Amino acid sequence: MTNLENLYEIWVYLQTEPLFWLTITIGAYLIGDFLYKKSNINPLVNPVAISILIISGILIFFNIDYERYFNGAKFIHFLLGPATVALAIPIYNQIKLVKKEALSITITLIIGSLFAIFITYYLAKIFKLDDQLILSMLPRSVTAPISMGISELINGIPSITAIITITTGIVGASLATFVLDFIKVRDMTARGFAIGLSSHGIGTARAMSRNKTAGIFSALALALSGVVVSIIIPIIIKFIL
Amino acid sequence: MLRAFFVILLFQLFGEIIQKYFLLIIPGPVIGLILLLFTLIFLKKIKSKKILNLKKSVVNLSNAITSYLSLLFVPIGVGVVMHVSYLEQNLFQVLGVIIIGTIITIALSAKLMEILNKIIQKKND
Repeated sequence: MTNLENLYEIWVYLQTEPLFWLTITIGAYLIGDFLYKKSNINPLVNPVAISILIISGILIFFNIDYERYFNGAKFIHFLLGPATVALAIPIYNQIKLVKKEALSITITLIIGSLFAIFITYYLAKIFKLDDQLILSMLPRSVTAPISMGISELINGIPSITAIITITTGIVGASLATFVLDFIKVRDMTARGFAIGLSSHGIGTARAMSRNKTAGIFSALALALSGVVVSIIIPIIIKFIL
Repeated sequence: MLRAFFVILLFQLFGEIIQKYFLLIIPGPVIGLILLLFTLIFLKKIKSKKILNLKKSVVNLSNAITSYLSLLFVPIGVGVVMHVSYLEQNLFQVLGVIIIGTIITIALSAKLMEILNKIIQKKND
């Protein structure tokens, strides 16, 4: 057997192994994080977006199925669940501040969630998207497992909803700082809450890495808006749209 | 560390079971988060050393996991790029809705909450 054949066999073998894809995923993330820090933490240089592009580039270039990649990287994906549960701790540590702002949290939660849904609806109408696609877009402001569940319930297409939801998270994480600086909101609890409300987990991950208080309020909005949106979307569809 | 991980997994497991049993749309981990939060509030009054130690290690583990939260979204994010063709000819319109919609939602809700906080602060003073 020649060396080249040997190498090819190793390559074929590696593709089926979690070890390879875990290394690639963490490596790509470290590159993204490095570039992010190099850019003086410019939010447009989002480490998640960079690592996604690097890995997608590899998969497309070598013609590898996403399923094969995901099968290897699913250990990282699995940790999303425990990480979500773990968000209870920072919220608990700030429970006094949460109680103090309970009224603004409740009002912003309800009105903000309605904003998110109606703005999506009217924008989609303006862009002349078809009805099933609009339904698939409506729950995009809440975390992917919830948005997919809602989408299924209201006859959207869950896989499309997943794509739109994750994209929303990345867009929110990348643009939030600019938008919030532009409208001069300095209140960290308001900044964080708005990020979690509009761009769920990926937004929260970013808020966490920048400011503890903002991160906590983002996590709070992520959990609460998930509950609220899953209740109000079916109601809106039944009675209004 | 191991005990802390066990506690977190246990709460996620409870969350998943509740979600499946009551056929809720809220995902198991979010239910787990809410359960853990209420448990922590409830345990506040109990000053047993064992529980305090466990709580401390859960806090440490949670800090470690949440600081790498972004990384955990990478595998599913790759799926978005690989399946973007599902959007067919609607890609740019959909991106338009997402970008404009997200900017407006962030701006409006942040402004709203800031104003509410100020009003409530003033009333309390």
